[in-house]
Amino acid sequence: MGDLLGLSSTMLYVAFVLYIIATAFFGATIKDKGKGNKKSLSGKIGITLTLIGFLAQIVYFITRWIASGHAPVSNMFEFMTFFGMAMVLAFIVLYFIYRLSIIGLFALPVAIIVIAYASMFPREISPLVPSLQSHWLYIHVTTVALGEGLLAISFVTGLAYLIKKIDQTVRSKRTTWLEIVLYSLILFVGFSVISVTFSIMNYEATFEYPVDNKTLTSTYTLPPIAGPTDGELLTSDAMTPLFEAPAWMHGADAGKKLNTIIWSFITGSIIYLLLRLILRKRLGAALQPLLKRSKLDLLDEITYRSVAIGFPVFTLGGLIFAAIWAQIAWDRFWGWDPKEVWALVTWFFYAAFLHLRLSRGWHGEKSAWLAVGGFAIIMFNLIAVNLILAGLHSYA
Amino acid sequence: MKKIKCECGHVNPEGTVLCEACGKPIEGNQHIDGNDKKKLLNMRYDGSARRSQTYNKSIIDKTWNFFSSVKVGVWLIVITLIASAVGTIFPQQQYIPSDAISRDPAIFYEDRYGILGKIYYQLGFHDLFGSWWYMLLVAMIGVSLVICSIDRFVPLYKALKIQKAKRHETFLNRQRLFSETEQVSPEDIEKVKNRLKKQRYNVRDEDGYILAEKGRFSRWGPYVNHIGLIIILLAALLRFTPILFMDEYVWVREGEQIVIPGTHGEYYIENKKFTLETYDADDEKFKAAIEKQGGMIPSNFQTDAIIYKDNNADVPGAEPDLEKIIESDIRMNQPLKFDGYTLYQAGYQENEFTSMSFIIHETDDADEQKLDEFSISLTEPKAEYELENGFRVKVEEYFPDYVFQDGEPASQTNYPRNPAFVLLIYPPESDTPEVSFIGIGKNIDATGENKYKVSIQDFSMHNVSGLTVKRDYTLPFFIFGAAIFMIGVIQGMYWQHRRIWVNPKGDGLLVAAHTNKNWFGVKKDIEKAIEGTNINMVVDQQELEE
Ligand code: HEM
Repeated sequence: MGDLLGLSSTMLYVAFVLYIIATAFFGATIKDKGKGNKKSLSGKIGITLTLIGFLAQIVYFITRWIASGHAPVSNMFEFMTFFGMAMVLAFIVLYFIYRLSIIGLFALPVAIIVIAYASMFPREISPLVPSLQSHWLYIHVTTVALGEGLLAISFVTGLAYLIKKIDQTVRSKRTTWLEIVLYSLILFVGFSVISVTFSIMNYEATFEYPVDNKTLTSTYTLPPIAGPTDGELLTSDAMTPLFEAPAWMHGADAGKKLNTIIWSFITGSIIYLLLRLILRKRLGAALQPLLKRSKLDLLDEITYRSVAIGFPVFTLGGLIFAAIWAQIAWDRFWGWDPKEVWALVTWFFYAAFLHLRLSRGWHGEKSAWLAVGGFAIIMFNLIAVNLILAGLHSYA
Repeated sequence: MKKIKCECGHVNPEGTVLCEACGKPIEGNQHIDGNDKKKLLNMRYDGSARRSQTYNKSIIDKTWNFFSSVKVGVWLIVITLIASAVGTIFPQQQYIPSDAISRDPAIFYEDRYGILGKIYYQLGFHDLFGSWWYMLLVAMIGVSLVICSIDRFVPLYKALKIQKAKRHETFLNRQRLFSETEQVSPEDIEKVKNRLKKQRYNVRDEDGYILAEKGRFSRWGPYVNHIGLIIILLAALLRFTPILFMDEYVWVREGEQIVIPGTHGEYYIENKKFTLETYDADDEKFKAAIEKQGGMIPSNFQTDAIIYKDNNADVPGAEPDLEKIIESDIRMNQPLKFDGYTLYQAGYQENEFTSMSFIIHETDDADEQKLDEFSISLTEPKAEYELENGFRVKVEEYFPDYVFQDGEPASQTNYPRNPAFVLLIYPPESDTPEVSFIGIGKNIDATGENKYKVSIQDFSMHNVSGLTVKRDYTLPFFIFGAAIFMIGVIQGMYWQHRRIWVNPKGDGLLVAAHTNKNWFGVKKDIEKAIEGTNINMVVDQQELEE
């Protein structure tokens, strides 16, 4: 059984590396001048590697399922990894509809960032508490991830649209917002980089702190800049926190989470600044030449199309299957739990997107911004709601 | 009503933008769909006459127009979206944690979240989703859905039914995809026709004017999904009726048999045993995770229950005549169903006290020699106990769940989780009692002069199961609504309505196409159809516009 788990992790790693190489090949398609997308060799290699990587990830998924005895979508690591996988699948689907390599060049990096991010969470196989012991859980979670993966493609093409469309010769509100979007993606990279760095160093600092008359301990894997409220450092050679998490950040591990966020911002900002120093221009401006040969119109259509394909899947998984599971597990199919409400918010958002598309003025750049906004909501639901507004869906 | 006759002979209803038959723009109405400012025609509802765009005089017109506007609909959705997000900033009332200082919202929000919490509470956001204005928003979305669907469905349906294959030239050349070819042979036209048929287009040839159409049914998708949404909203209304929806909660002790609330005394439940199982901390697979989470991860909550039906339930005053109908376990994720009712494992309380036994001995007796003994059932304590050796014990006060609060003894709940008593002990043949206060780990002699002392000898405990009792006849409506909704979105999203017009003009040909989504797909269809002919590929006029 240990071997199976070993195989599983290796396969995930293989998939991860293959996606990176595939991205490079999709990047190379930009240089194939004149040949048209279909005949480009690098594009073919790119999609082949993506498919092999996807297969490897399926092997990861199945072996981990066998090893743990339940579908691996039950904690933060497993779910985010699966979300990355769903994004790759969504990309594959849309690639075969439109045969556009440029989607790969943008979609795969986002999936890679998501998988890297996922891997920073505890990777042990965790047992299922009774409320999670349901087939409907698997059905619900996998469908949601698939729907969100499809919707994420609209973010990718929307982002590509903006990078191409926005005039980089002058600084404007639009260039600033675009930089903010790119910077946010880099924050995730920052989180992964800093987590890997300190986990190689085996860094640990343990605190004891009170929550509601109980004393809890929290083990930091990053040096404590923000300590727990009224916490006491137990590890002798660790750095003492510069400040404590404010008291209103209530609950277990609040200080640790705040600390992780601070570190992600610090590392992400450093990476961003380094990139700016090296490139000597805005990231948006640096990426713009990649899209020289893409057509805005087609990018806009793919943005809309992936929402059109993703919306029914998301509705089915995020609302209907979720409701069925909630009915069986908690005796009510809808309970206004934060996670449920944010699924509803996501759904309303994309419904609004689809209705806005009915009028002419909302095609093109406005749609692209909306697609970015939708993805922000999805990420907020996946990350912030789990970590901050913890509800019944107690992942991680 | 002012009808409009088009030059093709078709009579259109007032407010028509594009002739229903030939598509010729109708003069004077072009501002309605914004065609007057653009080269391309707005094809959204095929230029059909919608009530909302035609009348705007009476209050009814104005209300109708308000709710049928997609702009208003989007605003309603956006406002509801923002309101929903606000409802997650702090936990809603029902999610106030049980370990909070107080579950009273008036205290909780301010205590935990300070001034912001207080404002949140005072604005009523602690029960946002139950507030009248949130329900009003949802209701308005519902009204808007109905009105806007009716406003568009009927005219669109008629326009698509009446449409002719022969189209006016201005209609064709103002489509997004259009081409004109000077000279085309009849064979080429025949080729195109056959190829379109092969691509599963429904091809109509009216005197050489060709309309190839596919996926029209997908146009009804939005209307179908809106109907699904309406059914769901109506189902939510049905929940307010007690006949269709009942929701109760019951605590049952191990060994206890009680009537199930909400069943009008018809059903009884007996709790044979409650089990809480946890994962084995030495399990190789889960060891690491269990250790990290500090051990004790529950694996199962289960009540072994027997359900009885009282055959005398409708005879007033009669003794219950219980007949066992089901014996089964109830677990989380595996509720028990019977006769329309469902029981869910929803909570538990471990280690409540069932009974306690006491002895009485002399205060100074180091050996605590028993003079008399008694035992109190904590679920049904008697007021007074006459003991064998002549002592009498009166239960002066009973705190099932003792706490010392605000300088006074009190009971937190009515459940015997931490029982304590004030006992009056009457020695044999005496009418002057001694007062003892006794509980777990507490034995207080208030006066310090008691001659006799009571000590706890033994106790027994039980677990309690918390079960939700539900009867919900509204569920099928929700399921039905959700199914209709899914059919509608899939119908509208995974198919597209594509139309290709191939109309002769002199010796040449005009080709134009329209689709409600997936332009890439139609272009490919046309490419395939005209391959090898000398017909010009359509040009995307929208791209040129940019
Ligand atoms: C949360 C509620 C709603 C949902 C989930 C919803 C869903 C949808 C969907 C999925 C479509 C198809 C869009 C497309 O093909 O791109 C659609 C179309 C449409 N919806 Fe809604 N809708 C909602 C509320 C409303 C409201 C309040 C209005 C009223 C103003 C409205 C008016 C329309 C119209 C006019 C169409 C276009 C119909 C057509 O193309 O023939 N919807 N709706």
